[in-house]
Amino acid sequence: MSENIKLNVFAHQHSKLLNERAYSSVELVEATLHNLKDHDLNAYITVTNSLALKQAELADERIKSGTAGPLTGIPIAVKDLLSTVGNITTAGSKILEDYRPLFDCTVVERLQDAGAVIIAKTNLDEFAMGSSNEHSAFGPVKNPWNHQKVPGGSSGGSAVAVANRDVPISLGTDTGGSIRQPAAFCGVTGLKPTYGRVSRYGVIAFGSSLEQVGPFGRDATDIANVMQIIAGVDVRDSTTAKISVPDYQEDFGKGLAGLRVGVPAQFFQDGLDKDVRLAVENVIELFEHEGAIIDRSLQLPTSPASLPVYYIIAPSEASANLARYDGVKYGFSFLEGGSVDEEMSLTRSMGFGQEVKRRIMLGTYALSSGYYDAYYLKAQKVRTLIRQEFAKAFETHDLLLTPTTPTVAFGLGEKIDDPYNMYLNDLYTLPVNISGNPAISMPCGFSDELPIGLQLIAKPFDEKTLLRATYAYQSLTDWHMKKPHD
Amino acid sequence: MSLSNEEIKQIALLARIKLSELEVQQLSDQLSEILDNFKILEEIDTSEVEPTAQTFELENVDRLDETSVPIDRGLTLEGAPRSQEGYFRVRRVLE
Repeated sequence: MSENIKLNVFAHQHSKLLNERAYSSVELVEATLHNLKDHDLNAYITVTNSLALKQAELADERIKSGTAGPLTGIPIAVKDLLSTVGNITTAGSKILEDYRPLFDCTVVERLQDAGAVIIAKTNLDEFAMGSSNEHSAFGPVKNPWNHQKVPGGSSGGSAVAVANRDVPISLGTDTGGSIRQPAAFCGVTGLKPTYGRVSRYGVIAFGSSLEQVGPFGRDATDIANVMQIIAGVDVRDSTTAKISVPDYQEDFGKGLAGLRVGVPAQFFQDGLDKDVRLAVENVIELFEHEGAIIDRSLQLPTSPASLPVYYIIAPSEASANLARYDGVKYGFSFLEGGSVDEEMSLTRSMGFGQEVKRRIMLGTYALSSGYYDAYYLKAQKVRTLIRQEFAKAFETHDLLLTPTTPTVAFGLGEKIDDPYNMYLNDLYTLPVNISGNPAISMPCGFSDELPIGLQLIAKPFDEKTLLRATYAYQSLTDWHMKKPHD
Repeated sequence: MSLSNEEIKQIALLARIKLSELEVQQLSDQLSEILDNFKILEEIDTSEVEPTAQTFELENVDRLDETSVPIDRGLTLEGAPRSQEGYFRVRRVLE
C-alpha cells in the first residue's frame, strides 16, 4: 500500500485522500520515512521514527471519528530550534548536541493538537545565525536543485524538506530572512509572520525582538492552513498580540485587482542580479495586467540602513540570550578548568562555532560601556525611522513587491570566509524584521536552473492580504509546481 | 574603526569565551571590517527620534500570580553536567 502513495502532493490533497480513506496516516508516514532513507542532502538532524508512528496512529483514530482538521495525519518537519519533548533539540550547536527539552514549544504543541505528525527535526545554521546553512555543527545542507549550492539559511533544512518533496509542510524561524531566503533559494513558499503574531515560547532564543516562527509549503492554501493553527495569543509568550486571527483563506477568490502595490526603488539597485530583476519585472507586469495598481515612485530611503541596524541589534540580543549557556544547567560542559570562569570560558569556546562566537563578540562590544550609545541605542533609533517609513508606505499601499534576494543560491564555501559579504545577502529580507511587518517569498522564475524568489510585504497583522496575492499569483503561474530533478 | 587584539581579548573576557591567538587575530580583522560598514548610521539624523525596542504597541501584560505544577526536579537535573543532593553543582565561586 504505502509504496503507491504519491509524496509529491500538497498537504490539502493528502488531507482529502486521508479522509476518503485512500490511505491511512500510518501508511503515509511510513512512506515518508522510507523515502527519507535515500536522502543525501543532510537536511535532518533527527528523524523521529517511533514517535511519528505513534502520532500517526492517533491521527488515524481522529480521521475515523470524523474530527480531523486540515493538518490531521500530515507529516511535517520542524526546525531543530523548536523545543520538542522526547527528542534531542540541538539548535545546530555542539553545546546542545545531547539536550532534551522538558517542554514542547507552543507551535509544536498546537500542530500536534491539530493532529499533525512531526517526522523530523531539520538542520540549520547554529542558533539560526547564518544565511547558507554552512554554520551548522552537523554539517552543511545541500540545495536539491544543485548539490554544489547552498540551500540558504538559517532554516535550510526545513526549506529543503519541502523542496525535495520529503514533506508538504515544515516550520522554520525568521530573524533576518531565515525563512524567506532559503524559500527563495530552494523554490518553495515561506512566510514570516508579523512580529507578535506567533508564539515564540519554547523556541531557542537568538534575536528576541526580531524573530518569528513561520511555515514553509508549496502553495498558499497549505501556508494558510498552518498559519490558522499556529497564529494567535499565547499566555506563555507575553509578546504575542491580543489581535484576533482572521480566516486566512477568506479572500482567496478576490484576485489581484485593486491591490495597491508599491515597488520600492531601494530594492532594485546595484548588486541585483539581472535575471532576478527580469523575473521580478515579469511579475510586476502580470500584477498590472491583473488589475493591481503599481506604484514605482515609492521610496524607502532608510531601508538600506537595515543591514547595520540588524547586525547591531541581533548580535546584541544574541549575546544576552546566549549568556545562559554556561555549562551548569544543561548542555555541553567542559569540567576540567582551573576556576569557575575558566570552565565557563572553555565550555563556551568549545561549544560554540565561529559565527556564533563572532556575533556574541559583536553584540558584547555593541552593548559594552562607552559604545552602547554609539551602536545599540543609535541602531534602535534608526529602527524607529525604518518602522515609520514602512508605516507611511502602507497608508497608501496594500503590498510592497520586491525580490527576496539579490542573487540566486551561491556556491557552498563561496562566502564562508567573508562574513560581511555573507551578511549582504540578507539586504532585502532584513528590513521587515526591523519593522515587524509580515512578508512572504514564493518562486517566480529561474536563473541557471536555480529558483528565483519574489517577496511580498504587507502591513502588520495583514498576512491575509499576503496569502490572497500569493494564491492569485500561483493560480496564474506554475513556478511553484516546478521540482528539482525533473 | 579598528579593534586591536587587546580590545578583542577584553570583549572575549566579558563574553566568557576563550579565544586562541588565531581567533583573536581573525576577529580583530573581521569585526573591524563589520564596524566600518556600520558608519552609514552616523549620517542618519536621529536627534529627535525615540528608540524602538518593540515593533507593535504592546502594553504591560499582567497575569494572576497563581501556583502551578513546576517542571520535575529529577528530570531537570538529569540534563545537568553535575548535580548533587537535588541541586546543580558548580565550582567554588569565592576562594
